[in-house]
Amino acid sequence: MNQSDFIKAVLPFKDKVFRLAKRLLVSREEAEDATQELYFKLWRNKEKLAAYKNVEAFAMTMTKNYCFDRLKSKQANNLSLVHSNYKEKDTSLDKKIEYKDSVNQVHKLIENLPEQQRIIIQLRDIEQYNFDEICKVLDMKPTAVRVALSRARKTIREALIKKHNYGVS
Amino acid sequence: MELANIEKLLEKYLEATTSLQEEKALRDYFTSGNIAPHLEEYGMLFGYFKENQSETCTKIIKLKPEKTRKKNLKWLTIAASLTLLVSMYLGKQAYDEEKKREKQLKYYAQVKEALQMISSNLNKGNDALYAVSNNLNKGTEAVAKLDTYDKTVKTVLSKVNY
Repeated sequence: MNQSDFIKAVLPFKDKVFRLAKRLLVSREEAEDATQELYFKLWRNKEKLAAYKNVEAFAMTMTKNYCFDRLKSKQANNLSLVHSNYKEKDTSLDKKIEYKDSVNQVHKLIENLPEQQRIIIQLRDIEQYNFDEICKVLDMKPTAVRVALSRARKTIREALIKKHNYGVS
Repeated sequence: MELANIEKLLEKYLEATTSLQEEKALRDYFTSGNIAPHLEEYGMLFGYFKENQSETCTKIIKLKPEKTRKKNLKWLTIAASLTLLVSMYLGKQAYDEEKKREKQLKYYAQVKEALQMISSNLNKGNDALYAVSNNLNKGTEAVAKLDTYDKTVKTVLSKVNY
């Protein structure tokens, strides 16, 4: 696999890798570093890539594992993962504050989910992967994926209703 | 899409049994801005999903880690080991030189001591020679006196013979 083949094979899902990393590592800088690191890894393993039918799923699995490692080493270093000054660079300024606020609310709710549910929500509801692909990335059975996804969606919805009602009354 | 249909899809959505097409229909409905009031929380949810789909990684991804730094490190180690070798060699030489000098100083001191001993003994010998030469002078004087005595005796004898 030469350089241009490699770029053709791996660059299209660069943003997906980044978004998954950001979902798990929370901060944008860390997610960017993780993306970079992942591409180094892919490049080092470029000979093996050709053997994979689904390079993207393979890369996403690597991303997940890499982020878990990062999180583990962070916990070992006693660094907290709470980014209270979290800022979304991409939200354009002209959008209503209210809308932005609700977006942040959803973001925080997803952040509070267990890591596996976060990944599944990310892959399904944001990246729109089908269940086969999610199973491949996470090495899980389809039923288990469905159960986790259903649980995650219900959790978010209930929390949103609760918040919404509190806001009204 | 009819509201009843949306509600049915939402139920399926929560059970995670919707297909990707059905989820797309839901997303389209909830991001259209025309949402039934009792389903407002879904508007927030799908709005968030839509927003996050467009987030991109702005960092430029490099394919290869900077090799130059690695190479530099390699050269640096070589240079460092060379410097170490050279300095060790030079240090050893300086050390040897120092050792040699110390040895020579020791020899010098020994030689000096020996020479001093010789010179003091030589002085003693000189004194002895002086004593000998003094006695010799006395001897010669005595011999000279004896000579005069001999002469006088000879003159006396010749006078007596005549």
